Amino acid sequence: MRIFDPHIHMTSRTTDDYERMAAAGVRAVVEPAFWLGQPRTSPASFTDYFDSLVGWEPFRAGQFGVRHHATIALNPKEANDPRCRPVLDLLPRYLEKDGVVAVGEIGYDSMTPEEDEAFAAQLALAVAHDLPALVHTPHRDKARGVERTLAVVRESGIEPGRVVVDHLNEVTVKLVRDTGCWLAFSIYPDTKMSPPRMVELLRAYGTERMLVNSAADWGRSDPLLTRATAEAMLASGFSEDDVDLVLWRNPVEFYGQSGRLDLGELADEAPATFAGNSILRGGS
Amino acid sequence: MTADELRAALRGVPDPDWLDAALRRVAGEPDAITRFFPAAGRHCGRAALPDAPGWTADEAARAVLLTALPTDHARYTDTLYRQGDAAEKRAVLKALPLLPIGAAAVPLLHDAIRTNDTRLLAAALGPYARHLDVAAWRQAVLKCVFTGVPLAVVADLDARADGELAVMLAGLAAERHAAGRAMPADATDLLDRLTAGSGRTSAREA
Repeated sequence: MRIFDPHIHMTSRTTDDYERMAAAGVRAVVEPAFWLGQPRTSPASFTDYFDSLVGWEPFRAGQFGVRHHATIALNPKEANDPRCRPVLDLLPRYLEKDGVVAVGEIGYDSMTPEEDEAFAAQLALAVAHDLPALVHTPHRDKARGVERTLAVVRESGIEPGRVVVDHLNEVTVKLVRDTGCWLAFSIYPDTKMSPPRMVELLRAYGTERMLVNSAADWGRSDPLLTRATAEAMLASGFSEDDVDLVLWRNPVEFYGQSGRLDLGELADEAPATFAGNSILRGGS
Repeated sequence: MTADELRAALRGVPDPDWLDAALRRVAGEPDAITRFFPAAGRHCGRAALPDAPGWTADEAARAVLLTALPTDHARYTDTLYRQGDAAEKRAVLKALPLLPIGAAAVPLLHDAIRTNDTRLLAAALGPYARHLDVAAWRQAVLKCVFTGVPLAVVADLDARADGELAVMLAGLAAERHAAGRAMPADATDLLDRLTAGSGRTSAREA
């Protein structure tokens, strides 16, 4: 079984996690830039963080045979702090890096005017740099947050197929299913989604444009819940091919739109149904 | 390896026209290099170049972009290293001996040697490391041994290795021996060469 975790904050995890993930079949990850728990107070803290997402962390992942890519953005929470706003001006240079496969996490936390502005500005950056966008949805007032998110996405002019709306659940999935955007679900030990509930959603809504991630970070979370979800799919009658679609080919297709996904020799191991698809190298 | 040799070795890359256009542009408009530099791997690929041993296509393309600058090599080198991802940093380090910058980029070597990214450490110890003072150079060589970087990457190793480096290597060998762990064979060989005839106990006997 091969697994691509399309949203995991490896900077917050240990080498034990990398070892266990590799043993469980996780061969590729995307690490979105996000809030670090402790609020930052200056743009320099962000550039050091972004530099590690395109420097040290991919090297660390490589020690365990895991391919690491990143998404870069000013996250919604810190977009509210005027001291952090200049980060928006620093993003273009990161959005040209090889390892950056989307703009993200962008979107809403508390749905303030400052968040509106940063969200719209960064969707425009995604279009300008020809990158997909990873959109976080708020934990509080979620349904209305998702509706407002989708309105901003529509208004931005970005093609819906280049947007993934993340942290969805039984309530919010309905709002996104017919928009053309990709749908992502974070599987957590207690909150967000669980493997059995995820299986039910895959049954109800199908496997197309569906992404499953662990969103593991410095909070209570588990980087092996992608694998647990794959096991739950198999146990409830989904085929090996369904599992490969949701946990490998879908994230490869979504982030492959960047033209920058470089899976190296992993791409050569693809099953016949995927052979000949050139999006892995893309761009050139 | 000269810039012309790298240029020749790049003839077979996937998009040679991109590189030709980028080089012309950089010669006339130096600031354009900040746009071309991160994109080099996407246009030239990242494969090893058969005609430039030790170089990949993206590294070589970035190196020739730097050599195409008409002026201000030291300033652009510093900026592109500091704003680069790991592959860009490595390319800058490898390009240093080809650039008319004197010892101006020594701070970049210090930065690379401070990291634990073995690709950067290795790239910092090429011919340009002759500008490093001997204390920093010895520490960097010892760090190679410590992190498993083959000593073959170190330029002028035997010419520069001295008694003080031998003392440091012997100390590491003693710690490894006490812990029941092996020294890399190339480090043991170097220590043996340094201690041969000096009467010092060799690493093999320690």
